[in-house]
Amino acid sequence: MSRIGQAISEIQTLESVSREDRWMNRIHPLSKLCLTVFYIVLTVSFSKYDLAGLFSMILYPAIAFMTADLSVRDAFRRLRAVLALVAVMGIANPFFDRTAILSFGAFTVTGGIVSMISLFMKAVFTVFAAYLLIATTPMDDICYALRLLFVPRILVTLLLLVYRYLTMLMKEAGRVTDAYLLRAPGQKGIHFRAWGPLAGQMLLRSADFAGVLYESMLLRGFTGEFRPTFRHSLKASDLLWPLGWASVLILLKLFPLVSVLGRLVTGNWN
Amino acid sequence: MHMADALVSPAVAGVMAAASATAAVVSVYKVSQEDNRKKIPLMGVMGAFVFAAQMINFTIPGTGSSGHLCGGMMLSALLGPWAGFLSMIAVLLIQCLFFADGGLLALGCNIWNMAFYGCFLGSLLIWRPIMKNGASRLKILIASVVGCVVTLQLGAFSVVLETLVSGITELPFGVFAAAMQPIHLAIGLVEGLITAAVLIFVYEARPELLWGIDTQKENRMPIGATFGVLGGAAAVIGGGLSLLASSLPDGLEWAIGRVAGVEELESAGTGAYAAAESVQESLSFLPDYAFKGSESVLGTTVSGIVGALLVLALLICVAFIIRAFRKKQQASTEE
Repeated sequence: MSRIGQAISEIQTLESVSREDRWMNRIHPLSKLCLTVFYIVLTVSFSKYDLAGLFSMILYPAIAFMTADLSVRDAFRRLRAVLALVAVMGIANPFFDRTAILSFGAFTVTGGIVSMISLFMKAVFTVFAAYLLIATTPMDDICYALRLLFVPRILVTLLLLVYRYLTMLMKEAGRVTDAYLLRAPGQKGIHFRAWGPLAGQMLLRSADFAGVLYESMLLRGFTGEFRPTFRHSLKASDLLWPLGWASVLILLKLFPLVSVLGRLVTGNWN
Repeated sequence: MHMADALVSPAVAGVMAAASATAAVVSVYKVSQEDNRKKIPLMGVMGAFVFAAQMINFTIPGTGSSGHLCGGMMLSALLGPWAGFLSMIAVLLIQCLFFADGGLLALGCNIWNMAFYGCFLGSLLIWRPIMKNGASRLKILIASVVGCVVTLQLGAFSVVLETLVSGITELPFGVFAAAMQPIHLAIGLVEGLITAAVLIFVYEARPELLWGIDTQKENRMPIGATFGVLGGAAAVIGGGLSLLASSLPDGLEWAIGRVAGVEELESAGTGAYAAAESVQESLSFLPDYAFKGSESVLGTTVSGIVGALLVLALLICVAFIIRAFRKKQQASTEE
């Protein structure tokens, strides 16, 4: 599948998964958005050498993934977008930070190795948390939550518009590229002579489309903003879910659960 | 260049989010002041267009790789800095949520690195001054390439600073910057050329779609400004980039070295060889790209600038000759 086709399929899959009628999907979007941001802030605030503390943060994504019945494989696939820059920085750490932290016989674990592992763990946990949000909350609901957080209506309207017409224009870009490549077999990408006309014509069509879109929006009573609404009524779980998790996460941050469990098993309290 | 959440500390993310939010609030105010409701759908569709167009791979001639257009410069050239900035925020937020391209916490950093520089510096300090006296193909090309290169360099440098201040990487500042800046220079050049190609097409088909362009004005770049831009480019390439020139032997020297064991063959020292050598010695005031009897960096830089300016002067002479020849040819065909 082409890159554009893959992106369209990803958006459509996420859209359909987020609209499923599941318990997690029915939780208020503002609760999920605030909890996600809180979890990410807490996760990245762990020291780069605190692997045990950081590992305890796996609890939220692990339980939430099971509750929401989401595919871990799909979440791992999303990592490819962030992996390049994280890898460049993480892989350099063992070469520059050679402070010995632990040693198992002949093998010494340096600070650089620990900080590299913690960087990768943070990347995985934060990407998983963001995936949890978008896979259980449709875009309309996220925009509704953003309005509740006083994000300006122009920005929210814009977000909805970009999202709404993204798939359409990506399909158009896919058709244009396919048509071009069918007439230029064996060629990778668009030849430089066609850079301007190919994307330029698409841009002009998009600008014309924006004019038609505006007229149709006016006919349907557009007054300058969309008013996203939440389909479900407020319930206790909307408050209990984020507050419960926030309490657990704060406890995990303050109380080294993994270290205590390890010591309990090994009996090593020194 | 999208930063993941793992690459920033909460403090840095908070500061950058506050800075980006301030720019967003000002942009919302400016766009509201325009009171142009028609602009909102245009902003939405253009944002979606940039997102979609960035998925198209444009082949880079002479290489096996491809590039895509520069979102910030493109949107600000079409919508202006304020509306372009807001559209870029929407694009970056969707990229972050749907494709994990950049983190939710790092959104403030990504908006600053990619949207702020591209939309504000690119349009207000580069695009608008260049288009001040009317637009032309050359001006659009220069504005797009310079805009993309400068804004990408600033964006990449901000990534370096934000990551180092967050204490994420052990990479020393110099090594990290040396790894980030050159690659983004190349990316900026390619993105600038692609963006220029699209904007030139729009300029020729529908110039009223471009921001900051007065279609009534004379659209030729003054000859002084043209020479200024070319001279500046020659000085930057010759003076700045010459420092990056390899000290290793070039292809010919390497080949001679493999055959003869020395990089440069000694001349016979008699007849035509001796005469040519004495003429060259008296003419070349910067032998081996340095001052006579010196190996200094200054010498390399000066020789780079001098060489670039000489090539430029030669090209200008050739251009004048061709122009005169064409004029003559045109006059003879008219007769």
